[in-house]
Amino acid sequence: MRVLLAVLLCSTTISCSAGEKALVVSAASSLTEAFEALSTRFEEEHPGTHVVLNTAGSQRLATQILEGAPVDVFASASTAQMDRVADAGLLFDVRRIVALNDLVIVVERDNPEGIGSLADLAREELILALAAPEVPAGAYAREALDRAGVEVQPASLEQDVRAVLGKVRLGEADAGVVYRSDVLAAGDEVMAVEIPPEHNVRASYPIARLRDAENREAAEAFVDFATSNLGRAVMQTMGFTVP
Amino acid sequence: MIEPRTPRAVGALSVLAVVFLTVPMAALALRVDWGRLPDLVTDADVLAAIWTSLVASLAAVALACVLGLPLAWTLARRSFPGRDLVRAVAVLPMVLPPVVAGVALLLAFGRRGVLGGPLYDLAGISLPFSLMAVVLAEAFVAMPFVVVTVEAGVRSITRGYEDAAATLGASRWTVLRRVTIPLVAPSIAAGAALAWARALGEFGATITFAGALPGRTQTMPVAVYRLLETDPEAAYLLSAVLLALSVVVLVAMRGRFLAAPSEQGRR
Repeated sequence: MRVLLAVLLCSTTISCSAGEKALVVSAASSLTEAFEALSTRFEEEHPGTHVVLNTAGSQRLATQILEGAPVDVFASASTAQMDRVADAGLLFDVRRIVALNDLVIVVERDNPEGIGSLADLAREELILALAAPEVPAGAYAREALDRAGVEVQPASLEQDVRAVLGKVRLGEADAGVVYRSDVLAAGDEVMAVEIPPEHNVRASYPIARLRDAENREAAEAFVDFATSNLGRAVMQTMGFTVP
Repeated sequence: MIEPRTPRAVGALSVLAVVFLTVPMAALALRVDWGRLPDLVTDADVLAAIWTSLVASLAAVALACVLGLPLAWTLARRSFPGRDLVRAVAVLPMVLPPVVAGVALLLAFGRRGVLGGPLYDLAGISLPFSLMAVVLAEAFVAMPFVVVTVEAGVRSITRGYEDAAATLGASRWTVLRRVTIPLVAPSIAAGAALAWARALGEFGATITFAGALPGRTQTMPVAVYRLLETDPEAAYLLSAVLLALSVVVLVAMRGRFLAAPSEQGRR
């Protein structure tokens, strides 16, 4: 009975390896590969710290933090979602910008539907996937479409930008609006159709340590690392631009 | 009153069980701002979600019954090689993680799917992102409830009644209609009720296979999930409304489906 209890307790803590401290980082889903790379480098430079990466739509992550999730660092895909956390007084200190991103239209490899611009997304028979408006990528996409004066009828509103990418990769959606870095992450299965700068929206990713972070030192070190020259270089190789 | 010979632990754990189940429900009911109810029920997206949920879940139960009742009958009454395997397959959606069910449905009925691919290429029919997809996803996860409940019900019927009817000259169809079905009706009702509840609450498979478009494929659970981000108070309120609806359904059933068929007559 006691053994069972011990096993249960052990499995509910984040890391059980002797002496390792966990650093919980909540990052927007578009940051998945980039932050995995950052985490690996960070763990090399800070032995004894184990980064636990939690990715989802930024709006979901913000809600989790507001509901009391034990997060040390939050990297959001929009200032709006970071503001939600800041307004509740849960940010420690000032936020910094870890990366910037642009939108692209994503289509299947070879672009079978011949999509060339945002205007093409309004075609009736086209199956379009967008992120829901409360997701940063969804809000940006709507802004870009507004700037181009295009009205669309999406077939589905997804909970994060990677779900949009997924629908196109699976061949279920003909097109979607995602970040440039997402297309890079998906490799050969998809291709990007450019959005002209006058319609495009620049996404900026704030990062900050949280007021109630348990692992404060590591949290600050991580934010420093992500915004350092080395961190920026990693973000750039992953398809982001840097401030 | 606990019988003298029951261990005290049983009573204590029972109390703990009730607390475990009721505290979350009570928390939901108490936390909600009921004053906002008129606003909520007039919100277009919420109404659309309720409508989508009702239509899809009822259609799903109908489909689950049309396919599940004959299967339950076959499993209960006919012996054939591989029957255990068939039964396992019929129950599988019940234990499958809903998202996994959604992925499987996509691979089968999606535009590139095993069946969906030919369907799309030949007839131009694309199932994902449609109300039909919601119905299919919900029927897939709800059918096991019909099959399991009704198979048990059919097995528990005293064959004597049917045999007696047959010896008195009733045709197979008449026996089925006038004797068997009335005897198994409580199980069918129970299976359908459970299936309906499961279909109504389906989330993972629906959101993966059918997407979530307000007004077309967004069901109540998905609406609650999204409201958590944009308007948490509304999410709590909608959740409480769904909880109240469930309580009403259960009370209406008056525990009938929880009793074994032989006890039905006593209620």
